[in-house]
Amino acid sequence: MADLSTTFLGISSPNPFWLASAPPTDKEYNVRRAFEAGWGGVVWKTLGAEGPPVVNVNGPRYGAIYGADRRLLGLNNIELITDRPLEVNLEEIARVKADYPDRAMIVSIMVPCEEQAWKDILPRVEETNADGIELNFGCPHGMSERGMGAAVGQVPEYIEMVTRWCKQYYKRPVIVKLTPNITDVRYPARAARNGGADAVSLINTISSITSVNLDTMSPEPSIDGKGSHGGYCGPAVKPIAMNMVAEIARDPETRGMPISGIGGITTWRDAAEYISLGCGNVQVCTAAMTYGFRVVEEMKAGLSRWMDEKGHASVQDFIGQAVPNVTDWQYLNLNYVAKARIDQDACIKCGRCFAACEDTSHQAIAIKPGRVFEVIDEECVACNLCVDVCPVQDCITMEQMAPGTVDPRTGRVVEAEYANWTTHPNNPAAAKAAE
Amino acid sequence: MADRQLENGIVPGRLPEDTLAANFADLHPAFAPHEAAVAADRCYFCYDAPCVTACPTAIDIPLFIRQIQVGQPEAAARTIFDQNILGGMCARVCPTEQLCEQACVREAAEGKPVEIGRLQRHATDAQMRKSGHPYQRGARTGKSVAVVGAGPAGLACAHRLAMLGHDVALFDAREKPGGLNEYGIAAYKTPEGFAQAEVEWLLGIGGIALHHGKMLGRDVTLRELQDDHDAVFLGMGLGGVNALRAPGEDKTGVRDAVDFIADLRQASDLAALPVGRNVVVIGGGMTAIDAAVQSKLLGAETVTVAYRRSRAEMSASGFEQDLAAARGVRLMFNVQPVAVHGNGAAAEIELAYTTSRDGGLQPTGETVRIAADQVFKAIGQTLVAAPDGLTLTGGKIAVTGPGRTGLAGVWAGGDCAAGGDDLTVTAVAEGRDAALDIHASLTR
Ligand SMILES: Cc1cc2nc3c(=O)[nH]c(=O)nc-3n(C[C@H](O)[C@H](O)[C@H](O)COP(=O)(O)OP(=O)(O)OC[C@H]3O[C@@H](n4cnc5c(N)ncnc54)[C@H](O)[C@@H]3O)c2cc1C
Ligand SMILES: Cc1cc2nc3c(=O)[nH]c(=O)nc-3n(C[C@H](O)[C@H](O)[C@H](O)COP(=O)(O)O)c2cc1C
Ligand code: SF4
Ligand code: SF4
Ligand code: SF4
Repeated sequence: MADLSTTFLGISSPNPFWLASAPPTDKEYNVRRAFEAGWGGVVWKTLGAEGPPVVNVNGPRYGAIYGADRRLLGLNNIELITDRPLEVNLEEIARVKADYPDRAMIVSIMVPCEEQAWKDILPRVEETNADGIELNFGCPHGMSERGMGAAVGQVPEYIEMVTRWCKQYYKRPVIVKLTPNITDVRYPARAARNGGADAVSLINTISSITSVNLDTMSPEPSIDGKGSHGGYCGPAVKPIAMNMVAEIARDPETRGMPISGIGGITTWRDAAEYISLGCGNVQVCTAAMTYGFRVVEEMKAGLSRWMDEKGHASVQDFIGQAVPNVTDWQYLNLNYVAKARIDQDACIKCGRCFAACEDTSHQAIAIKPGRVFEVIDEECVACNLCVDVCPVQDCITMEQMAPGTVDPRTGRVVEAEYANWTTHPNNPAAAKAAE
Repeated sequence: MADRQLENGIVPGRLPEDTLAANFADLHPAFAPHEAAVAADRCYFCYDAPCVTACPTAIDIPLFIRQIQVGQPEAAARTIFDQNILGGMCARVCPTEQLCEQACVREAAEGKPVEIGRLQRHATDAQMRKSGHPYQRGARTGKSVAVVGAGPAGLACAHRLAMLGHDVALFDAREKPGGLNEYGIAAYKTPEGFAQAEVEWLLGIGGIALHHGKMLGRDVTLRELQDDHDAVFLGMGLGGVNALRAPGEDKTGVRDAVDFIADLRQASDLAALPVGRNVVVIGGGMTAIDAAVQSKLLGAETVTVAYRRSRAEMSASGFEQDLAAARGVRLMFNVQPVAVHGNGAAAEIELAYTTSRDGGLQPTGETVRIAADQVFKAIGQTLVAAPDGLTLTGGKIAVTGPGRTGLAGVWAGGDCAAGGDDLTVTAVAEGRDAALDIHASLTR
């Protein structure tokens, strides 16, 4: 059996599955039950400064996007940071950490962008014996209107400054949680590194409106007829989050910096994908909020089984294994030629491939008598659209053309050598280099 | 060939071989991968799921279905086998419409439960296709346990004991192990030699010595087993059958349904198996339905199930009743046999109409005769030759808790033990739980 235990920034946990800072980690009761259910660690729901805590709305704070059978695909929330007193949270954190020394306990913090505010809270967090802190620079709603959360996360200089204060006033590891509500995530990641962060975690939620009620003309979730943009999370955000993770993992300025992956992780496979893109562990929120704490059982059993199949003895073995294969478009092999192939035995003759290709792509599928759908090699550019719309798995496949054969579309011989855009004759920059 | 269909009497070859093959094909065929994905997607991963409560072996159904959803049917199989080592057979034979699927929240919501049984088959098939056995024996304890009966109860008990490191001597009176999995379950529920393949796979854990053709009471006594082993588990099922107590019961053509089914299950060539032209089955349980449906599938022209009480009281489920009706079996209610008529061989059966009054059955006075060259008795099985010293209750071995009999060091489970439904899955649960209790007592 593969070893799921991980050490992230020197913090060990029995498995790489942590609960992200959110309602599941809002109080002692939840966190104890989460640990009993088998979660490897938690990032406690974000703490604010001393004083009267923030208040939440008293109406719906979530909106959702569903599949046809009400499978929850995306969740949106307008919840703020913890609305419980700082003192209560700190006492609970200390108590739970003492009772679960083998689990990771990270404290998420969000206080105003003033040195004194951080100087005040950090020693108190340190007293709890928690293993580290996570700086919430990501919350896109409410808190950002008050100059915190995403308002900080969108200004790299602020990130660097606050991170530096934290490294100065706090001895244990500092994780900077990034917002996806930014054009290029590498800038805040670099700022975190420059400020001395031990790791980054991402993503926090994405600003969103899930739906509009067409009777009341209010966005959902609606509070007394009005809505506010919220933070989007759940399975739908995974592709966006994974790209951001990969960008940081392969950026020369941040390469090697530990990453905690967050965003839509629902199954063992999601976790394995994040880890292969360079994450040392993963954090989960929506999956736990949708299915309950027990969902981690599948994640653990599944990851361990897959690792056994692949011969990975520990999680460490495959961290970042996919990173070298994430590259820029300009380096993709333009001499790689493929054609779509339809398996006539598997085809159910729905015609979706035809509609897609004929109406919106390259007119490369023909309907023959008897509704037989066939690819026209002279036209097929191997775009993959037909594969993506075909309802039958593996019915259409992309077959690589062997080097030496002639591509009937271009009339050119398929070459064995790798060649990319940087040297392509149509590239003005390449032409210049050749002159 | 086909003209034999209308031949009177009990004759073989009523139907051509390809028709027979089609008739006896899998009742609940395996899912294709896409079908499994769609079926699995319907599960809600319920909290404290009612389907789990309804499963006698308490398989973690939401977890195993989720494991199918995420593309790991073998992990799903592991979840199933952890609770029920005969999960493969149960997937095929459990009356899910009365168990897990009846309890599924989507049955209540839409009348269309998650297809738990077929998903369970999808998972267990995936694991059993692989070579090797998925469990390893624990450290040897040096203890030895005798298990009597290699049916579901005995097999589940033996496997769990072997897993826990004990040595098991498994005795069965019959030639082949499997109990009713091999000799009783309808052929179309477990085709293609699955019962033997499953036993072989199960024994793959090691540490279980199978002694077939060894009958308790004939070849070995309970006293001897107690002397030679540290504990004994009795899982010998119900070997006897109730009698009809109607005149004419001794005529040729009148038979126990379980014997007919056992012959059918063991037949290498169904075309060689004789069946009547007009078959009447007496009874109202699973055995009656199975005998009736299989007679029909063999080519009997008319098949009637005659049950003495009302439809609502029939123990065969609505699904089984519908299955019989769909195969062309006629279900008669509130009729009981009075006599079998015929000159040496059965030709007709006389049934008396009944009515329920004050909890008892009363004849209405009206009778009916129907053609019957073959009559199957399916009015319940009985425990035969229970070893001396055991307390019986309601004709079965009395047990407390996880199968403890009145005799120290002797446990019992499955059909031969009192309590619980007479189902494969219940036998598995009882065998497993007795094993855990035996283990606790041996390692105390
Ligand atoms: C016709 C029929 C159809 C059925 N269909 C279904 C179904 O579809 N689904 C379902 O869930 N249940 C069904 N059942 C019920 C199910 O088969 C039983 O509940 C289950 O097999 C009981 O398991 P067991 O291990 O207690 O006994 P059995 O399966 O009866 O096994 C007992 C074993 O003990 C052996 N044995 C008996 N006496 C001795 C002795 N003295 N010494 C040594 N060995 C002995 C026998 O040879 C046998 O192998 C059916 C039953 C019948 C009769
Ligand atoms: C209701 C809710 C409240 C959240 N509150 C916080 C928070 O207080 N601090 C924080 O850093 N992230 C917060 N998040 C973001 C999550 O920690 C996580 O980054 C995000 O939901 C993406 O992960 P997921 O797709 O697994 O849900 C919250 C998310 C939700 C749904
Ligand atoms: S989930 Fe619980 S707290 Fe939230 S609205 Fe429903 S009942 Fe109320
Ligand atoms: S989309 Fe797929 S199934 Fe439909 S016609 Fe095309 S190849 Fe056949
Ligand atoms: S009751 Fe139905 S939907 Fe709920 S967990 Fe069980 S199978 Fe799934």
